[in-house]
Amino acid sequence: MAGRVAGKVAFITGAARGQGRSHAIRLAQEGADIIAVDVCADMPGMPYAGATEQDLAETVKEVEALDRRIVAAKADVRDFGAVQAALDDGVAQLGRLDIVSANAGIGSSPCAAEELAEQTWQDMIDVNLTGVWHTAKAAIPHLIAGGRGGSIVLTSSAAGLQAYANIAHYVSAKHGVVGLMRTLALELAPHSIRVNSIHPTQVDTPMIQNEATYRLFRPDLDHPTRADFEPASQAMNVLPIPWVDAVDISNAVLFLASDEARYITGVPLPVDAGAVIK
Amino acid sequence: MAGRVAGKVAFITGAGRGQGRSHAIRLAEEGADIIAVDICRDYDTVGYGMSTEADLAQTVKDVEALDRRIIVAQADVRDAAALKTAVDDGVAQLGHLDIVCANAGICTVQSWDEVTPAVWQDTLDTNLTGVWNTMVACAPHLIAAGGGSIICTSSTAGIKGLPFLAPYVAAKHGVVGIARTMANELAQHKIRVNTVHPTGVNTPMVEGLGGLNPLIERDPNLGPIFVNTLPVEAVEARDISNAVLFLASDEARYVTGLEFTVDAGNTIR
Repeated sequence: MAGRVAGKVAFITGAARGQGRSHAIRLAQEGADIIAVDVCADMPGMPYAGATEQDLAETVKEVEALDRRIVAAKADVRDFGAVQAALDDGVAQLGRLDIVSANAGIGSSPCAAEELAEQTWQDMIDVNLTGVWHTAKAAIPHLIAGGRGGSIVLTSSAAGLQAYANIAHYVSAKHGVVGLMRTLALELAPHSIRVNSIHPTQVDTPMIQNEATYRLFRPDLDHPTRADFEPASQAMNVLPIPWVDAVDISNAVLFLASDEARYITGVPLPVDAGAVIK
Repeated sequence: MAGRVAGKVAFITGAGRGQGRSHAIRLAEEGADIIAVDICRDYDTVGYGMSTEADLAQTVKDVEALDRRIIVAQADVRDAAALKTAVDDGVAQLGHLDIVCANAGICTVQSWDEVTPAVWQDTLDTNLTGVWNTMVACAPHLIAAGGGSIICTSSTAGIKGLPFLAPYVAAKHGVVGIARTMANELAQHKIRVNTVHPTGVNTPMVEGLGGLNPLIERDPNLGPIFVNTLPVEAVEARDISNAVLFLASDEARYVTGLEFTVDAGNTIR
């Protein structure tokens, strides 16, 4: 059976590990070739180690093991020129662009809004909101030029639909992504380019499995652990699970990327175990 | 490759034709067995004909052609007892229940001052109470199965106040309310509840809405509310079925409480 995105090319940011790598693998399993970028560096204010060049190389290896092509580059989504150069090169090599996954993002340490350092605020907005816009801005000309429409999937968060205390900068950036998604959906509809956002609850990746996140959820403990975090994380959701797997997000990306969703645009799609209806 | 809902059993209301038949075929293509009901009888208050027994027999033929099993019954979603009998009988024959498509619905077009009490009542009874009856009849079987996926068919009229469709809009908004509540109440059983919101779909129901244009001509200012963002006037039943398939499959195992628009961007304009 032909894959559900056979013959398409997908651009994925933050593809070295976590959700981004999972998206690359899932789309490649269903027949897509991949253009992958990642900053491959620690990020300012990020309370956990960033992805590495070895991580990105592992993504390349896993996609190639599926007999798909992949063009990978180191690029920081805050640097529009770098994103554009990486994507232009990828499209030159792979011949087309159909799918965009604006996935790169950072978490942060918990902090009351009035105590957030200005730079911490700015870094968050730069990566999690402006980085998403840069990704779309670089990709849209290729999608339009292809003349076949396309699917842009922006990674927001449950925190893009409702507030969580002590991460004002993250909530603001992720809400901003929804506004960008809706506007792009309107602007790009005449080209049959669809734009949707995905809103994960906690995903079992390095972005949440670190002590800063554990402290956000368990301020009552000095050194909370994954085991301490688990019940607090589950309390966010209505389905009886503490977090989802990266592949659950990838399956939603795959559906939105595929022609099965050819008339779906402007949807904020929660993959959140019911966190936003609770 | 195994189907995306292989080994599952789906209950579908309004399965005689249109979206319901399309859901039955799409889910069967991906490995599900089907329990299908339809009223197969006309309403005095609805200007277009309902599906017939011959239509329902065609759904059976289409599903069986895919080598899947299908149990059918004539049942009115307004009749909770009849619905329960149909579900119970289907589950007894097919062994379990995993997927529920509360799809049956009617639609009439008229300005607010032309809505008769009978039209109001038939629409609410079918499109809202019928969905509720479907959930109540099916939930015990899903709980027994250890989880499942309920997909309720709402509409862009479940999100926007589409003019000249007041009873339909009221019922379709109501569907969102009960879906959200049931998503919360049933989550502990690993049952997910979502709604799909189609824009106009090329089916006999929409073809029956011929009266809309003269009403829009009375107040052209309201015309754009029916226009989609993507350059397509109406979608196909299969587009809705693909969304139903995604929500029904384990790929959406943590998706619940979602209003899933399949509306070519109608509601974001």
